Amino acid sequence: MMRLEARQSTPVWLNLALPLLAVAAAIVLCSGLIAMAGANVADAYGIMAVAAFGDFYAVTETLVKAAPMIFTGLAVAVAFRARFWNIGAEGQLMAGAVASCFVGGFPMAGPLGIAAMALAGAAAGGLTALVPALLRVRLKVDDVVSSLLLNSVIYFAVMALIEGPWKDPLSGYPISPPIEDSANFPVFFEGTRLHLGVLAALLAAVAVWFLITRTTLGFAIRVTGENAEAARYGGIRVDRILVATALLSGGLAGLAGVGEVGGVHYQVMSDLSPGFGYSGIVIAMLARLNPLGVVPAAIFFAAAMTGAEAMSRATGVPVFLADVIQGTALLTMLAALLFTTHRIRFGGRAA
Amino acid sequence: MSVILEQLLQVGFFAAVLRIATPLIFATLGELVSERAGVLNLGIEGIMLLSAMTGFAAAYGSGSLWVGVAAAVATGAAMAALHAVFTVALGLSQHVSGIGITLLSSGLAYFLYRLLFGQQATPATITAFRTAPIPGLSSIPVIGPILFDQFALVYLALIAVPLSAFVLYRTPWGLALRMVGENPRAADSAGVDVIARRFQAVILGGALMGLGGAFLTIAQFNAFTFGVVSGRGWVAIALVVFGRWDPWRVAGAALLFAFVDALQLRLQASGLGHIPYEAFLMLPFLLTIVAMALMSRNAVAPAALLRPFRKEER
Repeated sequence: MMRLEARQSTPVWLNLALPLLAVAAAIVLCSGLIAMAGANVADAYGIMAVAAFGDFYAVTETLVKAAPMIFTGLAVAVAFRARFWNIGAEGQLMAGAVASCFVGGFPMAGPLGIAAMALAGAAAGGLTALVPALLRVRLKVDDVVSSLLLNSVIYFAVMALIEGPWKDPLSGYPISPPIEDSANFPVFFEGTRLHLGVLAALLAAVAVWFLITRTTLGFAIRVTGENAEAARYGGIRVDRILVATALLSGGLAGLAGVGEVGGVHYQVMSDLSPGFGYSGIVIAMLARLNPLGVVPAAIFFAAAMTGAEAMSRATGVPVFLADVIQGTALLTMLAALLFTTHRIRFGGRAA
Repeated sequence: MSVILEQLLQVGFFAAVLRIATPLIFATLGELVSERAGVLNLGIEGIMLLSAMTGFAAAYGSGSLWVGVAAAVATGAAMAALHAVFTVALGLSQHVSGIGITLLSSGLAYFLYRLLFGQQATPATITAFRTAPIPGLSSIPVIGPILFDQFALVYLALIAVPLSAFVLYRTPWGLALRMVGENPRAADSAGVDVIARRFQAVILGGALMGLGGAFLTIAQFNAFTFGVVSGRGWVAIALVVFGRWDPWRVAGAALLFAFVDALQLRLQASGLGHIPYEAFLMLPFLLTIVAMALMSRNAVAPAALLRPFRKEER
């Protein structure tokens, strides 16, 4: 007989080992699919690893893919810390992308234009996240459903924009006009796409970590998430903290969109994000909501994405394996979290 | 205006509304059954996609559409069972598990489809369901062609609505299911096996979502394409809120959505292009958010929604 027993405390090694175990479990589970596709499992994962990290260019490409997911991962981590269930990072990213593309269309000196794009994108993302936060604080509307639904609202709004006023008059394609050349983010190494936004994402992870662990606001966010009643009793204005968290979370997600517009695509199109907002949820969970942990988690999924394309070309295993790994990792991590609060006991009957 | 009226006066228009509503009716009823037992299933979007794929593949492989339907139902039930293990048996976050199910199912759907059918220039197709007119009834003017000259699965959806209302409100099983969603502790002391009942509700819900997915690929369309579900799962979650967790109202909400959607399609075709059609697509999502805000004062969601139940604790 196997049963679960509540733990008094969680050992430190377990906190560090769980994400690794979850990822390992996901990789093992997905190797069944590789075998099903008729490829050698070790070869396939080997090709993925080489494609993602094999040379300098591959590393830069992986980091370029990781940048938006670092931002959305941070956005979700901050929100979930306060138990503001922001499932809307995808929409906030698109809002940020549109606002920054709009601002980037005006001729401005490079640094000024980039700063204006970042501000506009962060503001647009933050305002988008404000909607579910205010609905929850003022009207007790469930934030999961409202933030999820807003993703669709924004998606269709963006589609209306790029199929309508922003549509490319020459080609007729539903894409926005490009931003000014001066607003294109500088790249660090000639011949790569490693752009300013990647550095910004890494700095943001450190900044958010500092904010959460070392500042009063961060303390208030954590207490609000752990026990809203106690927070209220302790004089924390929980509603204000939730609103501030939403602005911060949405702003971070908005910056993910800014980076994609300014550093990668230079315009807005309907498939600007292959679900970076949803990946952010997986990444934040895998990082146990720790801002610094978001970075390796995002790099892992970016590697899976770049690696899967190369593996698919070489072995014929469908590229969608990366998505399956992502979904599986979220579920294995969720299961692994159980061991932080419970342990498995074998034998004996429930007391 | 006259363009709109012209469309509304066509019998074919209402028959189309019913066909557009059918996958939504299955999906919303599935989500409703699950939520009524206290379990939010955000896996619905992925479950519908994976079921649409397996249903299509099974129909393609076996040559029997009903085998496809069965495969889709089994897929939906299996993925929902996984959700139940996480949320009901282990008491883990319903949001996160649901998102995980959606990510996993969507990835699996595309992965397996590519594996089974490869990368072709034109997608594989099947001979989809044809309409099955009910003798006698289908020749009634107006109502006949709308209600009684439809796909078999449309009839099934129309029967599913009163059936689920009956089961939820008039049977001991349904009563226990609702108790489990409102007050699991009270249900437990009344001798209801909370865990078992939630498992049953979530799995039954997943089977219904699977039916919704199957309808898309083996009745409405005759192929599996990548955007085939395109947010219908999220729409269903919204419609459950909009329909206040009641089978009749929820089906009404699905019909209303389908009406707007069908109108949107027709208006586009008739060249009335000055309203962007995205505005229509956005409408149900916006309306649901507004409705949630308006209804928030008298909360009607199952009280124990999102709350895990562990017998031994507290």
